[in-house]
Amino acid sequence: MASAIINMKRTAAAGEVLLIKALVAHPMETGLRPGADGKVLPTDLIRTFTCTFETAEKKSTVFSANLYAAIAANPYISFYFKASKSGKLTFTWVGDNGFNQSENVSLTVA
Amino acid sequence: MKQSRRTIISGAASASTLMLTGFRVNAQPVSLDYPDDLNAALRKYTNGAPWKEHKVELDVAELVDNGNTVPATVTVQSAMTDSDHVKRIAIFNEKNPNRDVARFELTQDCGKAEVATRMRLATTQRLVAIAQMSDGSFCTKTIEVIVTLASCIEVD
Repeated sequence: MASAIINMKRTAAAGEVLLIKALVAHPMETGLRPGADGKVLPTDLIRTFTCTFETAEKKSTVFSANLYAAIAANPYISFYFKASKSGKLTFTWVGDNGFNQSENVSLTVA
Repeated sequence: MKQSRRTIISGAASASTLMLTGFRVNAQPVSLDYPDDLNAALRKYTNGAPWKEHKVELDVAELVDNGNTVPATVTVQSAMTDSDHVKRIAIFNEKNPNRDVARFELTQDCGKAEVATRMRLATTQRLVAIAQMSDGSFCTKTIEVIVTLASCIEVD
């Protein structure tokens, strides 16, 4: 299991716009680069990143991204989220070779 | 054309910066004359719609020491309300093996139209950030970055 880090405030005032920083450990192999043996390493990329926000009433996608080979290894993405009420944020990375990683963060809006 | 003292002085100043090839000034416009493949990639993204160079900022260091991991931030001027927000942001490049860098989809829940990531750069080239507003219009920002150490993708 690869490791992922979500850096954000866990509590917020209503209407506050929060910065969310998401980082996941992944080589983002382009499929163009030769390895130590001189053979080209196969493509191994994270293709999508999704952030959803779930409250008792509804679940909606806040932000999503498609990533390509030009994204550096250990993909870092930061974006903003406007806190309106308490709920659960889910961050999901999906990629080649069955890569699928999720992180949850509970957000409390006071 | 009537020239005031001020326009003559500012004209002379920009001409002198052009002569100093070792220095680059942000105010110098980057050519918007894209190569065919980059143009095609942008056109595909906009579905043939035109775009305009405004409202978007793409913040990348002008001189990149290490092309393997280059921080890039895209900021779009938008109130991010239900009626007026940024729907999509994408970054394209001119000279990497593939034109795509990343595509982001935003919602009004984002509150602020700013995304950042870290990218790879194969060589000195132009980068284009493009944003689609909720009214369907497209805005871009084109910058040029100089890369001293390229990302290790030098395969033909």
